Amino acid sequence: MPVLDMTLARDTKKFCFLTSSVGRKLIMAITGFAFIGFITGHMIGNLTAYLSIVERATGKIPGTAMNEYAHFLKDVGHGYGIWGVRAGLLGLVLLHGWAALTTTLDSWAARPKGYRKYDRKSATWASRLMRCTAIFLALFVIYHLLHLTVGLPYLHCAENPIVVDATGGSVDVFRNFVNGFKDPLASGIYIVANLCLGLHIWHGIWSFSQTLGLSHPRYDKLRRYVATLWAMAIVGVNISFPIAVQLNILWY
Amino acid sequence: MSEQILNLTLQVWRQKDAQDKGRFETYQANNISTEMSFLEMLDVVNEDLIHKGLEPITMDHDCREGICGTCGMVINGRPHGPRERTTTCQLHMRSFKDGDTITIEPFRARAFPVIKDLMVDRSAFERIIAAGGYISAPTGSAQDANALPIPKTCADLAMDAAACIGCGACVAACPNASAMLFLSAKVSQLGLLPQGQPERLTRVRDMIAQLDAEHFGTCTNFAECEAVCPKSVKLEHIARMNRDFFKSGILHRPPHTSAGGV
Repeated sequence: MPVLDMTLARDTKKFCFLTSSVGRKLIMAITGFAFIGFITGHMIGNLTAYLSIVERATGKIPGTAMNEYAHFLKDVGHGYGIWGVRAGLLGLVLLHGWAALTTTLDSWAARPKGYRKYDRKSATWASRLMRCTAIFLALFVIYHLLHLTVGLPYLHCAENPIVVDATGGSVDVFRNFVNGFKDPLASGIYIVANLCLGLHIWHGIWSFSQTLGLSHPRYDKLRRYVATLWAMAIVGVNISFPIAVQLNILWY
Repeated sequence: MSEQILNLTLQVWRQKDAQDKGRFETYQANNISTEMSFLEMLDVVNEDLIHKGLEPITMDHDCREGICGTCGMVINGRPHGPRERTTTCQLHMRSFKDGDTITIEPFRARAFPVIKDLMVDRSAFERIIAAGGYISAPTGSAQDANALPIPKTCADLAMDAAACIGCGACVAACPNASAMLFLSAKVSQLGLLPQGQPERLTRVRDMIAQLDAEHFGTCTNFAECEAVCPKSVKLEHIARMNRDFFKSGILHRPPHTSAGGV
């Protein structure tokens, strides 16, 4: 077709940077990066559970460090801080989900008829399972919030989830943490969810660096190593909590 | 490797025109030399079909030396067949074994509608290039060598990007039917050179606007495109294009509003 006869969509006034295909990918990458920052902090914060072993050995009440950390989170900014962070996270979830959903629908529409034979060569399982792990993680986050943040009674088998400590009517987070993982089913869900999380962020870390333009032969291999190590660290530590409770390493 | 004779079974997508639903037909390809190219094998099959009074298989092909990007079909689930860095015309029958069944399909994408059999309409690529894949500065006749200093690495990278022949295998292989590898090659080949700088940011913006209008899918970094590209265009170019696009999002000015640079 001669170039002059072509109909071009080029209308720079109508073009929207953020809702274009690459713009939505940038939103996905930036929100994904924020989530990885959040779950890294979440994982490090939860490590205070292991201080209960030290506390028991030195004669303190086990779980003091974890409870102090939890109360710090609740009190930051006169109690408004946690709600600010929650609102921010909800906003990120909506953006990440919107970008994922619309780009996925675009991609499905982009190939109305598939191949009879389709031989993939370089796509990793993690990248191919991104959409499945995403749905599982979204459901898991709801379960996780009901389980350990809201503390729905029937999600716990051991005892009433909201254990109030003796000193002043505040929640004993460490006890709830241990109680929550005493149920083998709950532990199993957390372990499977974290394996999904590992697959999701392993591709996610590599992928957001690509989308944000961080690709260079000088550090391309390093990107893979960083993605692998980061994902393994988060999954390894997170999975250790239910296992430690099941093996009675963490108890009260 | 000495010449051998193959007898093959082909399962070929046949579709009368764009409106036809299409179906797979099975053909026998007998007495095929391992020295033949894949297209020569199809020529033999077509000759046989013509002798039988049947409609030959329609396929795109032109130079048959791997530089024009016209040929392209999905052979056993891979665009351009099983060999790396090879176009369909340069794929030889020695890549197959006697008695093999070969499935041959057209490139599948909404943006590449089938015209007939294995021939698809790839003019979406031309429209993407027409939207911004050029420079508008008059460059005059050939300059003296080294009048315009260009680092060797930039020249090499631009040349690697310019190796893209626009065959569309990246779109065909992409599970999302995304054209990011093609687009990034066309953005990089100009963006890496001084002549491409004045329009660098409007180019990437205009070309992505056209890409979206053509209904290609969105990249999820599967890297299938890089694996099938007959010219080894690298994912690095997609990252460079993303960088340029990010910059354009921050620095872009609507045209004719003010003088000055980006």
